[in-house]
Amino acid sequence: MNLDTPRGPVLYLDGVTVSFDGFKALDSLSLIVEPGELRCIIGPNGAGKTTMMDVITGKTRPDAGEAHFGNSHDLTRLSEPEIARAGIGRKFQKPTIFKNHTVFENLEVALKTDKRVLPTLRSERTPEQDARIDEVLGLIGLRHKAERKADLLSHGEKQWLEIGMLLVQDPRLLLLDEPVAGMSDEETARTGELLESLAGKHSLVVVEHDMHFVESIARKVTVLHEGRLLAEGTLETVREDPRVIDVYLGR
Amino acid sequence: MATMTRRLLSLGGNLSWPQWKLPGAGLRTLFPRWTWAIVLGGYAVLALLVPVLNLAVPASSALHVSDYWVALGGKILCYATVALAMDLVWGYAGILSLGHGLFFALGGYAMGMYLMRAIGSDGVYGDPVLPDFMVFLDWKALPWYWRGSNSFLQQAAMVILAPSLLAFVFGWFAFRSRIRGVYFSIITQALTFAFMLLFFRNQTGFGGNNGFTDFKRILGFPLANPRTRIVLFALSATLLLLALIGCRLLVRSKFGRVLTAIRDAEDRVRFCGYDPVGFKLFVWTLSAAICGIAGALYVPQVGIINPSEMSPANSVEIAIWVAVGGRGTLLGPILGAALINGAKSWLTVAAPELWLYALGLLFIVVTRWLPDGVLGLFRREGK
Repeated sequence: MNLDTPRGPVLYLDGVTVSFDGFKALDSLSLIVEPGELRCIIGPNGAGKTTMMDVITGKTRPDAGEAHFGNSHDLTRLSEPEIARAGIGRKFQKPTIFKNHTVFENLEVALKTDKRVLPTLRSERTPEQDARIDEVLGLIGLRHKAERKADLLSHGEKQWLEIGMLLVQDPRLLLLDEPVAGMSDEETARTGELLESLAGKHSLVVVEHDMHFVESIARKVTVLHEGRLLAEGTLETVREDPRVIDVYLGR
Repeated sequence: MATMTRRLLSLGGNLSWPQWKLPGAGLRTLFPRWTWAIVLGGYAVLALLVPVLNLAVPASSALHVSDYWVALGGKILCYATVALAMDLVWGYAGILSLGHGLFFALGGYAMGMYLMRAIGSDGVYGDPVLPDFMVFLDWKALPWYWRGSNSFLQQAAMVILAPSLLAFVFGWFAFRSRIRGVYFSIITQALTFAFMLLFFRNQTGFGGNNGFTDFKRILGFPLANPRTRIVLFALSATLLLLALIGCRLLVRSKFGRVLTAIRDAEDRVRFCGYDPVGFKLFVWTLSAAICGIAGALYVPQVGIINPSEMSPANSVEIAIWVAVGGRGTLLGPILGAALINGAKSWLTVAAPELWLYALGLLFIVVTRWLPDGVLGLFRREGK
């Protein structure tokens, strides 16, 4: 189903506008994410970060503008499961995992496979699938807790499990909404390492408030403000941008 | 020649469904060993021992099981099957239906239509074709939807088709519109209420508020005969066992894990690439079909079906059986249905005015102190 040429951006937003009762949550936003890129998106509350993720994952339909994934997926037309199957994984701000399943089962349910009703009824895991789950368990550092009920994990471990659930779907693009919120310093550092190791293989878009964390992983930063793109570039350039200083100092 | 044979054989190998393995090995580990022993032992008592004690042991003996107990037991077995079906959607998929009595009643009505026709000319008015209530309403011919209802096979098919079709159509609209939680429950309640009003009308053609009764025979066997009744009883026990095994196989599969995932975090399931609509629709329709079969076995045993089976209170009671027994356990709801209906048949004789208070109190106690139901008590001790 992926006839995409490897060239060209992974994510392409152009002039995307979303309004709720006259309030413009996104105002003609344009954004391009290249393959393998690790992009950080920052901006004050209400800047439109979450709405942007909603548009990309099909939860919200834009009133105007284009949203493409690769060359062949029009994100404004596909449903949420279709977009997920096409290769976009999303991590929510609050960890959402299946709390009554074990860590292993969480990954098993998320695993890339035929996800229609009847194939799921008949499905039995193959050794390859077991190996893939085991590989991701190692990547997120939860191999020793594979049989533990997900509800019993610490907050940080739940966040990693959720990232793992995205990884087993082999996504091309990962959207991460505040992945280090509520994490200890050590957990934050490990998450940073994890994300950096994923960049290159996957494209990552990270929305984050924690500027220390952004500093530690950022290559290219996009600043949103009132639904618009305010500035884009390396962290240093963005920091010195008078408009960015204005917005952040004004608060 | 040898190559031909080999080719044919290999073709056969390719034709067989690669992933449909016989669940033989899976069956043995379906329940923990002791649970299996209780399940099969319970079934043996119901399907083998009870018939012997009812038919072969003289009424004077202390071991004799009277026809009264057989009738009550058969009724409770049907209720337990409904509770099991309810648990499948509520306990595992998180869909609280407050209208499951409707599917049960539809199955019952489908069987009742056959039983009405099987009365033949033995009815009060002696009409060879028309059931008594139609003669009473001065109808001259069967309505079109009664066509072929004298065929047991057709009505047996309707027992499954009518509730499943209704459940499928209703579920398709509801799940697609992402109606969830209490909103879904209220709509199911309204649905069963609407059908109750519809079936109360004489013009609907299902006997109005009297429903169907005075059945004489099923497949030629007289319903008054204890042997017929004990067969129906044993069939009810068999249905319960098969439904239990089927549901358990389902919830233990990956399909079952996706179901509970939908219950716990539907958004995440969607972002994992599943469309929850199909999964919900599958168990919802399956559950309705199981209720329909239970209803079909219930009607010949109690000898009557009328619209009060569709009353919202009846459906709420089903939810209480499941909650009391323990949601998401399959065995719990069976226990809950048996306990509550046992208590009900005793209390409604001993102190009829107290029954509804007792039921209400029980529900409060369970939701407040036993969120995992009666079965939860054992589980906690086990851990």
